[in-house]
Amino acid sequence: MAAARALFTRKTLPSSSSMLRNPKPFMATALTSASTTTTHTRGLQTFTLPDLAYDYGALEPAISGEIMQLHHQKHHQTYVTNYNKAIEQLHNALAKGDASTAVKLQSAIKFNGGGHVNHSIFWKNLTPTREGGGEPPHGSLGWAIDTHFGSLEALIQKVNAEGAALHGSGWVWLGLDKELKRLVVETTANQDPLVTKGASLVPLLGIDVWEHAYYLQYKNVRPDYLKNIWKVINWKYASEVYEAESSESTA
Amino acid sequence: MNKHRTQNLSKLALALALALEGRGLGNVAPSTVSFFLANKEGSKVNAKFELKPPPYSLNALEPIMSQRTLEYHWGKHHRSYVDNLKKQVVGTELDGKSLEDIIITSFNKGDILPAFNNAAQVWNHDFFWECMKPGGGGKPSGDLLALIERDFGSFEKFSDEFKAAAATQFGSGWAWLAYKSSKLGVGNAVDPIPLEEDNKLVVLKSPNAVNPLVWGAFYPLLTIDVWEHAYYLDFQNRRPDYISVFMDKLVSWDAASSRLEQVKALIA
Repeated sequence: MAAARALFTRKTLPSSSSMLRNPKPFMATALTSASTTTTHTRGLQTFTLPDLAYDYGALEPAISGEIMQLHHQKHHQTYVTNYNKAIEQLHNALAKGDASTAVKLQSAIKFNGGGHVNHSIFWKNLTPTREGGGEPPHGSLGWAIDTHFGSLEALIQKVNAEGAALHGSGWVWLGLDKELKRLVVETTANQDPLVTKGASLVPLLGIDVWEHAYYLQYKNVRPDYLKNIWKVINWKYASEVYEAESSESTA
Repeated sequence: MNKHRTQNLSKLALALALALEGRGLGNVAPSTVSFFLANKEGSKVNAKFELKPPPYSLNALEPIMSQRTLEYHWGKHHRSYVDNLKKQVVGTELDGKSLEDIIITSFNKGDILPAFNNAAQVWNHDFFWECMKPGGGGKPSGDLLALIERDFGSFEKFSDEFKAAAATQFGSGWAWLAYKSSKLGVGNAVDPIPLEEDNKLVVLKSPNAVNPLVWGAFYPLLTIDVWEHAYYLDFQNRRPDYISVFMDKLVSWDAASSRLEQVKALIA
């Protein structure tokens, strides 16, 4: 049991004390955002739904308040609930040395844990237009986008095309490949986090293209959702992650 | 590779057509007949990729499945799969092939080719509309019920397994009741349930556009669409409620039973 706990604490769930010691307080918030909303139950660290930094209706008309409320309170909550269930079962299986149950739990952990990780990033990627949503990135990220994609418009077109072409449920990402030191556009299926496409990939911006993210408002017209979401994209957040990750990779 | 499968589908087409004719069920599963007949003819004709309407009016499943849902699901989603498929096959080596052949060919052992998603989704939706009827639900009867009881223990156990498969399909996809026959594989994919005995009913789930045809030995009898667009306007995030009410009030066991008869005739 102690071994299981150590595994979680060390590899996936940085404890709040280690975050306090983190020399880069911003990174602790940005990249381990999930850990800021954990609680401890019977020695196992579990997760709770993070709050949004804006009201459900604040992204209208790009994304309706009804969608935001269901998406946050129902969908994200369900991932959190089921992830907690799965890691508790894993915790118990490992404590009993039950390897086959531990393996069997992996798909639920990937799906629900991924759902929690992805949505936690997604909420930070959005901000109301009146609070800077849609304002193009300045500084080093703006420069890097121009270098890798030609222009912000060209990047947006690429993201929209790949997001629209994704068959089924999933995500389209702007990521930083820390090893190759370049920006990439990737898609992932279902709730696979970006890191499943490469260990050196860090998400700067993720757009949810599950139908639940847009259906009540845009129905079958996913391209319109993708076109409008840029009006509420929080480039300031993406820039901060980019700068922190870039400086870390060259340190 | 596909010859064996094609022959079997052709036999199935013929058997299905004959049986439907004999039973006066022409109104129950008309497009199922045309699926398989298309294959039987070996098909040089491509005109069969058309948007087939459900065998009931769009408001006939109210209030469980709303007219609005069907207007989008059939009128927009299904339509765009048909339109996109037509564009994709024109002038390619797939032109002139039957829908089933395109599905099996373009599945390409899991490394799917561009036409697969649209072709399989056309087939899946045609099949799905026929899995429902106004005033459906309840229990099957006759041979289908007997087989369900033999292979699952009871109708309730089957129902629980089917609902669980539909609820736990991660992301978009489908859950199926299928007849697993023996060793008819098209060499296209790994048997998804290799430890199961053959010649029995099984519950399966499949991601996105994938359907049991790609596995060769599986004959689908019933499906439920668990893409969010199938239920989001009516049930939002409550997929389990949609699945329960589908089983209680929408399933057309007549259609499933007539499919079973065809499978039995085919593999006898």
